[in-house]
Amino acid sequence: MNYLWGGMIVIGVVYGALTGNLGAVTDQALASAKEAISLCITMAGAMAFWVGIMRIAERAGMIERIAHRMNPLLQFLFPSVPRDSDARTHIATNMVANMLGLGWAATPAGLSAMKELKKLDARSGRATDAMCDFLILNISSLQLIPVNIIAYRGEYGSVRPAAIVGPAMIATLVSTGAAVIFIKLRQFVAHGN
Amino acid sequence: MQVISFLSEAIIPLLVFLIVGTALVHHQKVYEDFLDGAKSGVKTVIEIMPTLVGLMVAVGILRASGFLDFVSDLLGKMMEGTRFSTELVPVAIIKMFSSSAATGLLLDLYKEHGTDSFIGRAASIMLSSTETIFYTMSIYFMSVKVKKTRYTLAGALIATIAGIVASVLLAQMY
Repeated sequence: MNYLWGGMIVIGVVYGALTGNLGAVTDQALASAKEAISLCITMAGAMAFWVGIMRIAERAGMIERIAHRMNPLLQFLFPSVPRDSDARTHIATNMVANMLGLGWAATPAGLSAMKELKKLDARSGRATDAMCDFLILNISSLQLIPVNIIAYRGEYGSVRPAAIVGPAMIATLVSTGAAVIFIKLRQFVAHGN
Repeated sequence: MQVISFLSEAIIPLLVFLIVGTALVHHQKVYEDFLDGAKSGVKTVIEIMPTLVGLMVAVGILRASGFLDFVSDLLGKMMEGTRFSTELVPVAIIKMFSSSAATGLLLDLYKEHGTDSFIGRAASIMLSSTETIFYTMSIYFMSVKVKKTRYTLAGALIATIAGIVASVLLAQMY
């Protein structure tokens, strides 16, 4: 992460200097910083609302029941996470929210999942197998119906805005399938299970 | 289509109703629980705020310097002759960093080529089936102060590339 971030800055500045874009680089750096803070403020509202509602659901035992139903899948994907860990509940919530396209609801659950996974292995600074696998799956895109893209297509005059739903589902399946194969192959090579 | 948009509109209110309703029936202290959760939600956002600033500044610098365009052009030239159109390369690359920037490019493609053209369809499917790799990785890992991300990037790239290739092939078939 250090090299990636540092590299991005260094390359950006050097390339900007070579192409004479340094003025734009300064403006954009400040504009991006500002954008990040306003994004956080927008996000804080959604997070407060959603984590609040989820806390109610958690206390009512609803999340536990959903996660319980997803146990076979979670057991298959994350064998290293113990059955009674709260990480399982949060991973389940994150995956369901992602499938439904509720990105702003998925992130709070995902971050809670990471915190619980960290508790399982406190070796600081190093990602655990479960963390890597969870993130790879998360990044493989789980969203079933791309509601926002359909809306954009409609706005820009598509005759059939929803025509991409079928192909998008198949493409999502392919990317998630690739992620699952990668995860299982690596687990197999490392532990033989 | 109407069913889909109705569902996506109704699902959150319904879920909230169900959760709060069930908890009330069980005589749960719903308001206190909500405040408790809301507090930890705000705390999480404040914790990731510096990470987000760092990441967005770095992406902003790369974009403003013209470097991302340069890489896209280069990759586009390499892809010439394959079925992957040059116009699709920037969208695919930018999407790995920023969702909003990728959406901007997508709308440009809609205006230029039409939503229902091959490029319009391929880009639509691509954005539907990929995620922002670097953004997601920084936020999730930074929130637990993990620096060694091990094989996450490799796995995420494989999944993303599989999604991109599938998108282009599917856009040709449909």
